Amino acid sequence: MPTLVSHPDEVKVLSRRFGQGAADIDKYLELDGYKAVQKAIAQGPENMAAWIIDTMKASGLRGRGGAGFPTGLKWSFVPKQSDKPKYVLVNGDESEPGTCKDHVLFLHDPHAVIEGTMIAGLAIGSKLGFIYLRGEYRYLLKIVEKAVADAYAKGFLGKNIFGSGIDFDIITQTGAGAYEVGEESALMESLEGKRGVPRIKPPFPAVVGLYGGPTVINNAETIASAPHILLMGGEAYAKLGSERNGGTRLFGISGHVERPGIYELPMGYNLKKAIYEVAGGIKDGKKLKAVVPGGSSCPVLLPEEIDVGLDFDQMGKAGTMLGSGGIVVLDETVSIVEFAMRVISFYQHESCGWCIPCREGTDWIKKTLTRVYAGGGVKKDIDSVQYLAENMMGRTFCPLGDAAAMPTLGFVKKFRKEFEDYIEGHKAGTPVITVQDLVGAH
Amino acid sequence: MSEVANTIFSPELAARFDHLVTIYPMRRSALVPMLLYAQDEIGYVSEAVITEIAQRIGLLELDVRNVLSYYSMLRTKPAGKYNVQVCTNISCMLRGGYEILDHCKAKLGIGHKGVTPDGVFSLEEVECIGACCWAPAMQVNYDFHENLTPAKVDEILETYRNGQGKDVK
Repeated sequence: MPTLVSHPDEVKVLSRRFGQGAADIDKYLELDGYKAVQKAIAQGPENMAAWIIDTMKASGLRGRGGAGFPTGLKWSFVPKQSDKPKYVLVNGDESEPGTCKDHVLFLHDPHAVIEGTMIAGLAIGSKLGFIYLRGEYRYLLKIVEKAVADAYAKGFLGKNIFGSGIDFDIITQTGAGAYEVGEESALMESLEGKRGVPRIKPPFPAVVGLYGGPTVINNAETIASAPHILLMGGEAYAKLGSERNGGTRLFGISGHVERPGIYELPMGYNLKKAIYEVAGGIKDGKKLKAVVPGGSSCPVLLPEEIDVGLDFDQMGKAGTMLGSGGIVVLDETVSIVEFAMRVISFYQHESCGWCIPCREGTDWIKKTLTRVYAGGGVKKDIDSVQYLAENMMGRTFCPLGDAAAMPTLGFVKKFRKEFEDYIEGHKAGTPVITVQDLVGAH
Repeated sequence: MSEVANTIFSPELAARFDHLVTIYPMRRSALVPMLLYAQDEIGYVSEAVITEIAQRIGLLELDVRNVLSYYSMLRTKPAGKYNVQVCTNISCMLRGGYEILDHCKAKLGIGHKGVTPDGVFSLEEVECIGACCWAPAMQVNYDFHENLTPAKVDEILETYRNGQGKDVK
């Protein structure tokens, strides 16, 4: 069972029910549960959708999956009139290395996800929502399934929810092991019983999504934020965060820190403080070497670059991304050559193979870095890796190609000297990886 | 009443499948969950599983195979009764994930994707399982085990060997 941690600097909005048994519906009700959806319905059928979307826009909430798109704006893109049914899709296919926030959310507050799904449904005029968890989260699916069943038993889901005259149903399921399915259009393919390969865009899901119908797809944390926002008001929520980055966020701090864990911090909170104060500093008093700030796809930051606010814009200015909020901390003992090889190995494994730049690029970078790590590298390899990564950027249907290229470029640019020294220092060894490996003899 | 003669699944699972194909706007949507649940019961996705699921949904067997081969958790060969999946991705790696994997290899006497001769355990090195803040971590079937040390791994494996480990399905 994941252990819960706490720090005085936390601002508990999403996590306020954690550890209080709120997976139980009665406990959830006691802690203001299902009040937000009733507040929305109380606006009346004419005003409800606009009220929800305006409140979400005012909140400044931006997508917690990693892209940071404004949620209220996303919901407003769904056409009011549609010949096809509209859908709400909750992305709980949390798979970005370094990210485990939705794990805790499903475990401790599954009804917040359900209530958020209902709110998104009311906002866009959908009658059916899906909550899709990653396949590894079977025990969490059980928790969510029970929560959904309890909500049906109370009459909160199904026909005529809270006397609104509106029907709303929720289907829950898991995937079966595929990082790529966390990409929105690949997730729709998976939910339609197909291989999880991405779709070309446009059309965007808001217009043509699941089963061809207009679809809102949001990260589970984004969706679970909605009930809190409707209850406290958009402006109040926005004020918790930084400029154009409303509210709070679940940050997962892992790797070489004294107190790893999920902490809810205001958007814009200082990254250095998050590592040294909130997470207790570098493990065993060692020195910091680097920080991967938002899941493994985010370009690495050096110790002198971490005095920066944790929001989408400030991280962008710092040359990296806020991503999924998974902060991975590396101490002085880590070999960046080995770390970069491990990161690219993941993306090589997870590339769905649909787009050639991603499939071939991840494979060649992995082969090259594996050979370098094994002692068979030459300095030109560093340029090759950079060349391959640069040629993947922006040339694929979905962002997996970029997700693999960006951290790779970060490593070879910021740690070029370490790569050069490594190659120089490991010349004596016979290359373990042979030329046959390089020409693709698997 | 099932539309397809049930040949290999338990009556409970057959009933679950009868229901599952009706809840989605499109029958095919039930495919991935059905493959997982079939694997949970049979141990792997066998030829018979592919045939029956294809019939139940109204797909070609080829369609089922195409989907099946995409997902890393679905397997077409039996694993051990307890499939030990050790994460070595970055957060786990930084806190000893590879040491845990090596320890499991030595302890069980098998490598990646190996099965012990008695069929009790199998071992897999897996990508991130979403337990980064409690690293190093592993799953035994669907159960998570976190903040691992070699000694803790020994205890966990012993519990499963004695048939007392949790086994969420």
